[in-house]
This record gives sequence, structure tokens and C-alpha cells, in this order.
Amino acid sequence: MTTPKITARAKITARGVSVFYGANRAIDDVSIDVTQDEVVAFIGPSGCGKSTFLRTLNRMNDTIPSARVEGQIHLDGEDIYGPDMDVVQLRARVGMVFQKPNPFPKSIYENVAYGPRIHGLTQGKAALDEVVETSLRRAGLWDEVKDRLSDSGTALSGGQQQRLCIARAIAVDPEVILMDEPCSALDPIATAKIEELIHALKGRYAIVIVTHNMQQAARVSQRTAFFHLGHLVEFGATSDIFTNPKAERTKDYITGRYG
Amino acid sequence: MEHTVKAFDTDIGKLRGLISQMGGLAEASSAQAILALQRSDPALAKQVRADDKAIDAIEGEVERLAVQIIALRAPMANDLREVVAALKIATVVERIGDYAKNIAKRVPLIESEQRIEPVSILPAMARMAAEMVRNALDAFAARDAEAAVRVVESDAALDDFYDSIFRTLVTQMVENPKTISQVAHLLFVAKNLERIGDHATNVAEMVYFAATGTQMPDRDRGGFTAEELR
Repeated sequence: MTTPKITARAKITARGVSVFYGANRAIDDVSIDVTQDEVVAFIGPSGCGKSTFLRTLNRMNDTIPSARVEGQIHLDGEDIYGPDMDVVQLRARVGMVFQKPNPFPKSIYENVAYGPRIHGLTQGKAALDEVVETSLRRAGLWDEVKDRLSDSGTALSGGQQQRLCIARAIAVDPEVILMDEPCSALDPIATAKIEELIHALKGRYAIVIVTHNMQQAARVSQRTAFFHLGHLVEFGATSDIFTNPKAERTKDYITGRYG
Repeated sequence: MEHTVKAFDTDIGKLRGLISQMGGLAEASSAQAILALQRSDPALAKQVRADDKAIDAIEGEVERLAVQIIALRAPMANDLREVVAALKIATVVERIGDYAKNIAKRVPLIESEQRIEPVSILPAMARMAAEMVRNALDAFAARDAEAAVRVVESDAALDDFYDSIFRTLVTQMVENPKTISQVAHLLFVAKNLERIGDHATNVAEMVYFAATGTQMPDRDRGGFTAEELR
């Protein structure tokens, strides 16, 4: 696969990225760009490395002792693995939403207010209230929770919890949101709400989503990357990937002949 | 390679089978219609009209199955293109059947009158049109884009054939005005055969799209046929 040209609008540029767990190479020489105003989907069979690669984008793999990353990943031209990079700041700029909703065992309000508070983003109660409301509104949850902000976040339904986690990620005003199978634990209606939310957030944040649901990748993303055995097999416009993929392996996967 | 879900292969296979069956009937109908005309055989003409009903029924079955596959299997990439192509091909093949039926309907109208010479060159044109239909459907069965291109290219020869028959028939009408009503029917027959060729071309274009994922590049259609200029 040829290295895509670095474009001026690229938010994230990954070049020659390989990831190892001990001696095992999970990602092999992946280069990819994510621009500011798009949703990029990563698809591929289990164990293909798509989640591993996603987690390199905000150094989530740092928490795994045996993991080692080679190659370069830049956020707005800045090397995120460089010595000057503050990982805590990085994760505020590149937020993450996980497969299983994981709200803190605190109130709905506190779940959203936590990030801005520890990052010192707001001054005073009124400003914090405003961030909480704006974040919950953007996450499409405000109307459902505005009268019970002091209830526990864990008391919400699964779909609401996931939107709360998105609100929590949004609250620290990130530039990029990574989503690792955000709907796999949700029912179709809650899934549709998350997908609508992704659509609404597009443009404000660069979004990268890992999904096993190919229809979801087709619905929410503008570009899709297909990973297989640690390689980036194909990366292109979502409409092309799903109607006329170039690589035989992509075709076999998305038509249900593999994996 | 087979689908992990075997029933998907079964469905696609069934869809392809219906298209072949329908195409075979349409091809045979065009040939039989001309044979009926040549022999002034009203019984055979009636058979063609009955076969058209069978073609219509299969078209309905293709539509149902294609919609079902889209709804239940969510086909992607080449599978999606193939299902969409099958749906469109079924419509086109149904039209081919209609042209064959239209030719057959003219048999009793021509039968009673004195036979005229141009009838003898129509079967050659009909063979050419039927062959285009067969080749287009063979290309579909083999997912063969190159064969589809050859079908499209062969349409020019059929158009030339039509032009020459058109001139012959017009000459016939001028020279022998008594035969005008009969020859007018033959003009329509020739036009129907020419349209069958156009529809075979459409099928071939669909096959090309299904096989490659891109539209067939525009060919030089060699200007208008003489008839189209009138």
C-alpha cells in the first residue's frame, strides 16, 4: 500500500507505525491521515490490529508494559511520542470512548465536570455549569438528564451511559475523539442515537471509530480503513470501499466471505 | 470464494439461475417469432405470446428475490452490484420478450397477404439480435467484462443491418404500393429486432458494471441510424 500524501488539513498523520506486544508484531508499517472534518472508520476481523492502532493515537498502549510503538504519529504536526509530549494533555486533546460505557460511579454532573475541573479549564461554578450543559447538549443527552443531574451516572440506561461518556470526552474540548466499538453493547435505537450524534459532532472534532458493524462504518464514516493481520490493506472513500473495493481481501471481508 | 453464510450463496445462485432462465426464454422467443413470421405459422406465434407471460412471471420473481436479498443479506461490493445488475437486467430482458411478442402479434396480419421478398432477410437479422442477447447473458453468467464489451461493439453491425433492411423495405413500398401495409409491418419487425439489440447492449453494460464496479466507457455510437434521422 502506498503512503498517502500528507495533506495540509491532516489532524493526525501516522507514518510507518508498527506496534509490538513483546516479540509479537500487532501492527506492521501503517501510514494513515485523519483530517479535521471527517469521520474515519477502522474495520477488520478480530485481532487485525484496528483497536491496537486506534489506541496508539492517544498513547493508550502506554498502559500495557509489553507494548512498544515504532514509527511516527503527529497531532497537528507535533510528535505525540516526542519527549515534550504531556500524555495527560494528549488524552485531553484526543478523547476516547470505549466499547462498554464506563461512567464514573458519581453523579451525572460530576462525570462531565470531572475533566474540565482537573484540567483547570473553567473558573467558578457558573462556567463549569455551562460546560456541563453544553457537553450534555452536544452529546444529545441534556433533555433526558437535566432534571436529575445529581443522580448517579451508572443509573442511566446503556445508551444514555454511552452518551454520558461522550459528553465526558467532549467536556475537555478535545480535537479528536476515538471510539472503540461504541455501540457494540447498545440496542438498535441507542445505536442510531450514537450514530446521529457522531454525525452531529463531525466537523467539530475529528472522529475515528473502530467498529465490527460494517453497516455502521458505511453509515457514519467518510473514509474507511480495512485492517487485516496487522496490515492496512485498503484505505479509501467509504462509498468506494463498500461498492467497489480495490483489494481482494477487502472485498472478501466486506461481502462476508472471510472473518 | 464462498460466503461464510451459505444461504447467501444459495440466494445469489437462485437469482442468477432466474436471469439465465429468463434470458434463454427471451432469446428463444425472438428466434421463434421470426420463424413464425417466415413460415406464417399462427400457432407458433401464439406460443411466443404465451412464453412472454412466463418471462413476465420470472421478472416478478427476480424482483422479489433481489429485494429479499437486499433486505435480509445486506449485500456489499460485488455482491451488491450483482444484485442491482440482476434487477435491472430482468427489466431489460422483459422488454426483449415484449419485442418478440410484438413481432409475433404481426404474424396473422401479414399472413393472409402475398409473401414479399424482404421477409427472407429478416431471419438473418433476428439471428444476429438473438445472438447478442445470448452473448450478453453468457457474459453475465461468466461475470466477463470483456465479453460484455464485445456485445456492445457488435451492436453497430445490427444497426447497419437495420439500415440496409430499412432502405430495402422503403424501396419495396415505392416500387409496389400494393404491399405498403404488409411492408409497414415488416418495418416494425425490423425496428423491434434493432431494439432487441439495443437492450442486449444495455444488459452488457450492466454486466460490465457488475463485474468491474465502473461504468463502461462511452463508445462511439457511429452517429444516428438512418431511421433516427427521419
